Amino acid sequence: MTSLTAKREAEPGFWLSRQYNRLTLKQRRTLMGYLFIMPFILGFLIWWLGPAMVAGYLTVHKWNFLSAPRFIGLAHFEKLVSDPILAQSLKVTIVFSAISVPLGLVFAFFLASLINSKFRFIAIFRTIYFLPSIVPAVANAILWAWLFNTEFGLINYIIRAFGGPKIGWLQDPNWVMLAFVILTVWGVGGSMIIFLAGLQGIPQIFYEAAEIDGAGRWQRLIHVTLPMMSPIIFFNLVIGFINSFQVFVSALLITDGGPQRATLFLVLHIWRTAFSSQKMGYASVLSWLLFAILMLLSFFVFRYIGSRVYYENPGE
Amino acid sequence: MGFSEKPDNFIEAGRSAKSRAETFFHWLTLFLLLFFAVVMITPFLWLLSSSLKTQINIFQFPPQLIPDPFMPQNYVYALTYKPFGLYFRNTLIVAGLNVLAVVFTSSLCAYGFARMRFPGRDFWFGIVMATLFLPYAVLLVPSFIIFSRLGWVDTFLPLVVPPFFGGGAFNIFLMRQFFRTIPEEIADAARIDGCSEFGVYWRIMLPLSKPALITIAIFTFLFAWNDLIGPMTYLRSPDNFTIAVGLASFRSQTDIHWDLQLAASTAVTLPVIALFFLAQRYFIQGVVMTGLKG
Repeated sequence: MTSLTAKREAEPGFWLSRQYNRLTLKQRRTLMGYLFIMPFILGFLIWWLGPAMVAGYLTVHKWNFLSAPRFIGLAHFEKLVSDPILAQSLKVTIVFSAISVPLGLVFAFFLASLINSKFRFIAIFRTIYFLPSIVPAVANAILWAWLFNTEFGLINYIIRAFGGPKIGWLQDPNWVMLAFVILTVWGVGGSMIIFLAGLQGIPQIFYEAAEIDGAGRWQRLIHVTLPMMSPIIFFNLVIGFINSFQVFVSALLITDGGPQRATLFLVLHIWRTAFSSQKMGYASVLSWLLFAILMLLSFFVFRYIGSRVYYENPGE
Repeated sequence: MGFSEKPDNFIEAGRSAKSRAETFFHWLTLFLLLFFAVVMITPFLWLLSSSLKTQINIFQFPPQLIPDPFMPQNYVYALTYKPFGLYFRNTLIVAGLNVLAVVFTSSLCAYGFARMRFPGRDFWFGIVMATLFLPYAVLLVPSFIIFSRLGWVDTFLPLVVPPFFGGGAFNIFLMRQFFRTIPEEIADAARIDGCSEFGVYWRIMLPLSKPALITIAIFTFLFAWNDLIGPMTYLRSPDNFTIAVGLASFRSQTDIHWDLQLAASTAVTLPVIALFFLAQRYFIQGVVMTGLKG
């Protein structure tokens, strides 16, 4: 018997359970809590903080992957402010974001109001409107490259059928941005469904009350629907901005950044700097720049738009 | 919005004018619904039609709407020109491991955030939310450097290992929101019966959360199926390609063979659409769960 107890005491599991029994209830709860969220904490340290530090180190080094990294001080940052390609890339990304996000938001809201109406086969319409947003990105890029084809594409065919000109959607730097906005707005189904869920969550009684007060269709929209929807509009706005800064697949596959760098979106520029030109240091600087832009944008969106959002149950 | 409602009695006077306006809006809505349905569906029909044309007929103006001759062989050519079967297998491996990782680790973390009380919890949840607003693209370059140091380039590891660490902020957030809707009393009853905290998570919460778990599983699968930037960065040898990289490289090699490119694109899209029809309610559910508490 005694030898068995001694043997058990020597096991690490026994030692652990004895240590655990010594803890207070609060300490046990804390320990269990951290055990539950441990995967995330480890993941954050390894896959977020680690890379961020590597990127920080490389911002002051020149490195082409083959030779050893060479310290160059702030030279990358000097290049940053005088780089015409970067300026172009930023311009493209910001213009695209400024056009496609508000337009996509309005269009998604409009479609959501349409499919929120009571018709017999409304479920079919909801499905049709949502389908474009689940097409795989690469297939989507090929599809739109074909739709926008200058000679044989469907879009130019329709325009010419109505007597319009032949537009070089993907060859003309002035038109290509519009082409990207159109294909983005076509795939707006995700935020449309979020809006639909929000619209269905507005208690009908508010509309009835507004109607008794003599509010028309337009006034009900302005004074009931929009205030009630403001948290959801805000959510879609934030997500929309973040997504608009990540355009990559369509820019790579449809136009490869062209014509004349008119679709050289920031992520594509970073990717090329790192993996085509092997400039790891400068690509790290650009990554930090993208990070800074997104943080700044989030800050302004939360500060100036988030404060106008109406929450029915604050603190939830 | 409320077309069917009967007007109240005391506004009876304006009834005929009002109902005329209602009828007008009814038809306007129906017209707009149909119009945008056509706008949304036409690209798909055009894709399907073009993918079934001959190489000569595809370059015809004005275009043929119904392909003649009808070329289903395009699909055979396209899918055997490159080893799409192999790409399919690779994609299933990557996507399957991602789904497994996300379902388990994101629900585990979410349980900690939703149901445990401990110092530092809100701080770490703040970090979860912060990473939600930071796209993957920001970390692409430095992560690549780390993975290449680990010798993981040209393996599936960079694509399948990170999801095991928390499974992504979006999924943690979604699972946390769902867990919070489950009454705490159920968990308390189990605790009184001697169930450990992990037991509560594993035997009570997970079985009750099937709809949310299926939702995140579907989103994760779709993401892995569609992702190009990750596989394109890490996978080098064609034998390791996923469907997305395979299709992208197919495009760059076949140049003007639009018939084949479009056939391959249709073939890659069809499984996703099939999945959508099978699991339609989970798509909507997932979006609803995230949207409402945004």
